[in-house]
Amino acid sequence: MLECIPTRKVEHTAGKINPAKACQPLGAMYAALGIHGCLPHSHGSQGCCAYHRMALTRHFRDPIMASSSSFTEGASVFGGAANLKASIKNVFKIYNPEIMAVHTTCLSETIGDDVPTIIKQSEVPEGKIVIHANTPSYVGSHVTGFSNMCKAMVSYLAESDGRAKKERVNILPGFVNPGDMREIKRLVRELGVEMTVFPDTSNVVDAPLTGRYEMYPEGGATVAEIRDSGNSKLTLALGAWSSEAAGALLQEKCGVPCVPLKIPIGLKATDEFIMALKDGFGVPVPRSLTIERGQVVDTLIDTHFHYQGKKVAVVGDPDLVIPLTEFLLTMGMVPAYVMTGTPGQRFESEIQQMLDEAGIKDGVAKAEGDLFELHKWVKDNPVDLLIGNTHCKYIARAEDVPLVRFGFPIFDRAVHYLMPVVGYRGCLRLIEQISNALLERRDRDCKDEDYELIL
Amino acid sequence: MAITDERLEEVLVTYPDNVKKNRKKHLLIKNSAEACQQIEANTRTIPGIISQRGCCFAGCKGVVIGPIKDMIHIVHGPVGCAYYSWGTRRNKARADETTPPENVYLPLCFTTDMQESDIVFGGEKKLAKMIDEVVEIFHPRAISICATCPVGLIGDDINAVARAAQERHGIQVLAFNCEGYKGVSQSAGHHIANNGLMVNAVGKGTVRKSGKYVINILGEYNIGGDGWEIERILKECGYTINCILPGDGSILNIRNLHLADLNLVQCHRSINYIAGMMEARYGMPWLKVNFIGVSACARSLREVAQCFGDESLIQRTEEVIARETARVMPVIEHYRKICQGKTAFVFVGGSRSHHYQYLLRDLGMETVVAGYEFAHRDDYEGREVLPTIKADADSKNIPDLHFEPDDEFYQEGHVYLNMPKEKYDELRKRIPLGYYEGMIKSMEDGQLIIDDVNHHEFEEIVRMLKPDIVFTGVRDKYISHKMGVPSRQLHSYDYTGPYAGFNGAMIFAREVANAVTTPAWRLVTAPWEAQKE
Repeated sequence: MLECIPTRKVEHTAGKINPAKACQPLGAMYAALGIHGCLPHSHGSQGCCAYHRMALTRHFRDPIMASSSSFTEGASVFGGAANLKASIKNVFKIYNPEIMAVHTTCLSETIGDDVPTIIKQSEVPEGKIVIHANTPSYVGSHVTGFSNMCKAMVSYLAESDGRAKKERVNILPGFVNPGDMREIKRLVRELGVEMTVFPDTSNVVDAPLTGRYEMYPEGGATVAEIRDSGNSKLTLALGAWSSEAAGALLQEKCGVPCVPLKIPIGLKATDEFIMALKDGFGVPVPRSLTIERGQVVDTLIDTHFHYQGKKVAVVGDPDLVIPLTEFLLTMGMVPAYVMTGTPGQRFESEIQQMLDEAGIKDGVAKAEGDLFELHKWVKDNPVDLLIGNTHCKYIARAEDVPLVRFGFPIFDRAVHYLMPVVGYRGCLRLIEQISNALLERRDRDCKDEDYELIL
Repeated sequence: MAITDERLEEVLVTYPDNVKKNRKKHLLIKNSAEACQQIEANTRTIPGIISQRGCCFAGCKGVVIGPIKDMIHIVHGPVGCAYYSWGTRRNKARADETTPPENVYLPLCFTTDMQESDIVFGGEKKLAKMIDEVVEIFHPRAISICATCPVGLIGDDINAVARAAQERHGIQVLAFNCEGYKGVSQSAGHHIANNGLMVNAVGKGTVRKSGKYVINILGEYNIGGDGWEIERILKECGYTINCILPGDGSILNIRNLHLADLNLVQCHRSINYIAGMMEARYGMPWLKVNFIGVSACARSLREVAQCFGDESLIQRTEEVIARETARVMPVIEHYRKICQGKTAFVFVGGSRSHHYQYLLRDLGMETVVAGYEFAHRDDYEGREVLPTIKADADSKNIPDLHFEPDDEFYQEGHVYLNMPKEKYDELRKRIPLGYYEGMIKSMEDGQLIIDDVNHHEFEEIVRMLKPDIVFTGVRDKYISHKMGVPSRQLHSYDYTGPYAGFNGAMIFAREVANAVTTPAWRLVTAPWEAQKE
């Protein structure tokens, strides 16, 4: 397979071959699902909405509901105001959400639809809300789209009542799985801090099967909670790309101090997350978390020889890849190629700094990359392990490298979205997956006389 | 419990008046007492309605052009459209005697990844540069360019870029103006893709494959290897397969499409245009076939054999049918014991919802509700209604090409099939040569037909009729599950397959039986919840 990938040096500068990113509306749709009772709405032709629902459904194996303005050529010429107005009317009448979260597409952006004005001119039923985010696909990636919708939640909903701030933390969890959001909430609860997490897709895109379908499952941050986030004492914005903009706006709009942090993947980033809560609220860290953390250190010592010194290529969303790279370095691995498809020079400088500090020479960090380029790197200078999303399975097969699936999207493995990679438990899961991928490889490749019972 | 007009009214009652008036025309309860029941189809989706439909780009690149394995398909636009149509439709393909492995590009995704500056200043230069680089890196036989929404709006002339690149590199570069906003669904894109292939590829080749009966299979996508199973059976009957379009198809073979004796049409909606245009230009007859289901497959094989009127071919066909049926029926019988009497909903595509009813019948199951996402009235009511379908503004935007008979290659249909004209005319009355009967005729009284089903109708009707299984796409699959109703994806077959032909029927039977008998269905209610009730 992939015999077409050349072995010689090639120039490839225009466009992307095997992109390592999706487009903004996908992220906006996912973020909107993290509001309770929200119906995301795609303002453009219906293909976008169909594609985003398809991609999210395949990753989460759960219903992903969203409506579309269903542009035809007429709307593209005369503008989409009539379509959006009709949509708002029909959506509230037929699907009765609490809130509609409109995001734009290339089409509505290119023709210049003024969405906030159209919303103001629409008939929104009493007590119902319509918010919007601008998410043309020709800017950023699915991660920035997620960020834009988080920002819209703050700009439309968050309010400060001007009184003393409540002893409560706002957590912007970033573009992570519902299993991760649930784990983040557990850690905060262990510390005994009150919280508002938004968006929160746990119990929305991993809702239980009960025999009764709920269009709006019980999960998600309620509009009231997001509104009241302006009265919290502190915001932790996890992930520079997906959460910082919303956190900064909340600080500006409502005076809630925002601490930008990494998504707590790996030991150090989790430590920083715990410390930020400890320092912010003056709470003691419970023994239970010290035990969890100690288990991770214990495991790292017990298993280091499975992976230490192994060369690894990592690709994924910047907010996930930065802390993951940090953890791989903690594990003593050698991240040789670290890539994201999302634009942003900051990615390259942060990764490069980590590699430099670890004394890793010839490591490559690249933002706005594509998987064809990564494939070429791996082909020219092989690695021991690949870490990335499902699209990487083709490189893994062609170059015979084990793959640990990580990030978004994962279309070909079970249960991943329920299992956290964040927090100390997430550390254990990552160690388990990485160790076992390498051990499987050793078992598969060794001679009979080297095939051993205990590894 | 059967559906009635009153119960349909309960479903529609939630709608605002104008929506209700619109949707009512898309729902039809089969009643054979009424002479010609009419259904509304291929009209605009109502804004705000959660539909299963995709867009023109999805129909062109995603469905028809994308599976052509030896072309590099560049999506000109921002990253999303290319990304979402990357490897997501399971069009299996492999190297073969005319296409070496280094010319198979299906696992790859190419996009110009337009940025804001490209939208402002135009993306033509970037596209041209990407073509140059791709040619240098991969040396493809041909390239396609598919346009996405913003490309049409900013006025990038992809046709001019394609022409210039074609001259520069000496390989074919085909441009498709399939911007997502065109038409009302994927269907517009199928039409645009058909037109592009007909104008630029079909008839350009010179190689006729050796063999007495050379046939094309059109509108077969090789999902899960369906095309390969159909090919296996047809080869055993004695046919030479010239080209499957587009599943596992190559531009090399598509160029030779006209050098065959007969076109078989599997998916009527997505490919009838090429069949029709080839009939006009070359006189080549086409036959509507359905290889889904044991009985349907046998029937189609018999009809193909009749087209050539060769006794030995007919006899060999009977032998293959007898042998294959004997082989698969014990397996089908085994699963029929589980499936017998169960009811199903089928909501997919533009032909599958019809085809699969035959396979379900083989399993003793009844399709109580069926509908298409993007079909036209002829897919429901039969091609006889074609003259009565009025073109609206949306369909007028898609060029309808008309071809004159080709000077060199045109022959009468009966000449292709090597039979006297009278016999050919008589044959046309017996079998669906140049004809598709549509889905409605093969449904039973009281069964419900829905065009462009939407989420509200889906949910309400599933709740109302409680089918034993729902066949649909990924977006509705898990909704059905949450309601306690098993579901199988009929676009992707939930990554098993093939489902076509004799082998496919066995796999389908097993999957359906597994879906309805999975032990977990008995565990939906927690014991403490059960105690409460």
